[in-house]
Amino acid sequence: MSEPRDLHVFSDSEEMEISFGPQHPATHGVLRVMVRVDGEKITYAKPVIGYLHRGTEKLFERETYNGCIPHTDRMDYTAAATNNQGLVGAVETMMGVTVPPRAAYIRMILAELQRIASHIIWLGTHALDIGAQSPFFYTFEEREKILDLYEEYCGARLTLNCMRVGGLPYDLPEGWVGRCRAFIDQFPGKLADWETLLTGNRIWKLRTIGVGVISAADAVEWGLTGPPLRGSGLKWDIRKVFPYDRYNEVEFDIPTGKNGDTYDRYLVRMEEMRQSVRILRQCLDRLPDGPVMAKVPKVIKPPAGELYFSVEGPKGELGYYVVADGSDKPYRLHVRPACFINLQALPELVRGHLIADMIAVIGTLDIVLGEIDR
Amino acid sequence: MNDQPTVPPQGGEPAAPAAPRPPWEEKPVPPAAQDARAHTQVRELEQALPGIVVEATEFAGQVTVLLPLARLAEAWRAAKDTLGYRYLVDLTAVDWKEREGGRFDVVYWLHRHADERRLRLKVRVAEGAEVPSATAVWKVANWMEREVYDMFGVHFAGHPNLERILTWEGFNGHPLRKDFPVEGIDTGAAIYPDVFPPGGGPRGGGEGEA
Repeated sequence: MSEPRDLHVFSDSEEMEISFGPQHPATHGVLRVMVRVDGEKITYAKPVIGYLHRGTEKLFERETYNGCIPHTDRMDYTAAATNNQGLVGAVETMMGVTVPPRAAYIRMILAELQRIASHIIWLGTHALDIGAQSPFFYTFEEREKILDLYEEYCGARLTLNCMRVGGLPYDLPEGWVGRCRAFIDQFPGKLADWETLLTGNRIWKLRTIGVGVISAADAVEWGLTGPPLRGSGLKWDIRKVFPYDRYNEVEFDIPTGKNGDTYDRYLVRMEEMRQSVRILRQCLDRLPDGPVMAKVPKVIKPPAGELYFSVEGPKGELGYYVVADGSDKPYRLHVRPACFINLQALPELVRGHLIADMIAVIGTLDIVLGEIDR
Repeated sequence: MNDQPTVPPQGGEPAAPAAPRPPWEEKPVPPAAQDARAHTQVRELEQALPGIVVEATEFAGQVTVLLPLARLAEAWRAAKDTLGYRYLVDLTAVDWKEREGGRFDVVYWLHRHADERRLRLKVRVAEGAEVPSATAVWKVANWMEREVYDMFGVHFAGHPNLERILTWEGFNGHPLRKDFPVEGIDTGAAIYPDVFPPGGGPRGGGEGEA
């Protein structure tokens, strides 16, 4: 694939260049896409990113390991719990820490609630972008309930900072399990309501079926993970491949699509929310008693070495590459951001489509610029 | 914490040999790094390309293979086509500022779906040396290499479009190098050299016309 450096040089005088974003609401943040169009048809698209770059990986290098956790909250700010989970998992594996079962289960509960919350944002905004306004209001009502549960647990709603190396900072407050159960009992009904608005909707199908198609082989080639990979039909999920916490003890299915288009990715995410409810129910039923923190040293000092640890975030494989030098600060802490890698395939997915379809494709990739730019 | 072991009453029976404590109450024992030349994944690679493995280590179940830079491109081809590592999970670099024999580590983290195994390839790169671009082997390497170039200043030969990705064109420096200050630099310096002369720190008060 050739990438023209200078988009102003046109081979065909009928072509036009449009700068889409970075202040466009449908780009879900500060994403800018330089698009070259022939009429309404996209001949070339080039994402321009970095508007939200905060040097997170540089900041990691001067923080203690537990001090890095709040920074991870601010990467994918719609999924702070899974971001925390990846980092603490990496450090724990390096140090050989075993997390108490109760802490592992609570982590899974927090992570699956986060997956639902993140998918809810995706659904509401994705539908809104394509032109269905009402799901946005219904979905955000449910997300509010999840944020309330988080607030009750750790005091924060978005930037949770809810895990520590060795376990959790707090046990669940009294009555929390019951309230969480009340939420997941009513949630599948809401999900079914939303599906009646969209799944069979003719306009929704027209806007999503056959848009942004990618085959499973190409998806692997482009490094896609998460729902964009599974939508193409590959049954692959870090929670099954490299189970962390206690994911090997719960039952759940990996939903997959067939055609690798926007509609299939929609179906995959909807089913993932149901599977998350299934995991949540098992976790709440089996929640063991006991401590929520392992006996870890006061100062976290992993041995010198390197380790890559990944979790299945709502957006895809979120990996942490830790290089430790034996001190209390990471020598290098690299994040494999799922959104960054998934966004890279955008030019491939939108080539030949209309500009309006690019909105649908950006929505279906479910990007968060905080994670892309870090 | 309510999980403190109960203290036996004084003068009572000496405590029986305690039941093994659960692992989370023990002092954590970190995994030890060991030589991995005999590991199946390393042997496979050595078999496909004899003499390519400079060093192989295993830490916490993850295998790292150090390769000579000159044979890196060969190793990718073999890894992808012969050994089936179709998915490039991650590509990044580490700056070892003081190290002899190559300042940077460029690290490739590969995944094979057949048996869900991962392998880390690593090369040492001296400052100013060029690494071949992996974009012809894995498309996903494109942005990853741009990020490494942007953050470390490592050049990738044969990359279709090696430009900065997280900072802007004209940014003066490579932020993840160890000698780049955490406080940042005067970012105006490179763009408006007449307003911000080289060597000047950040200035307050909106002087200049830019």
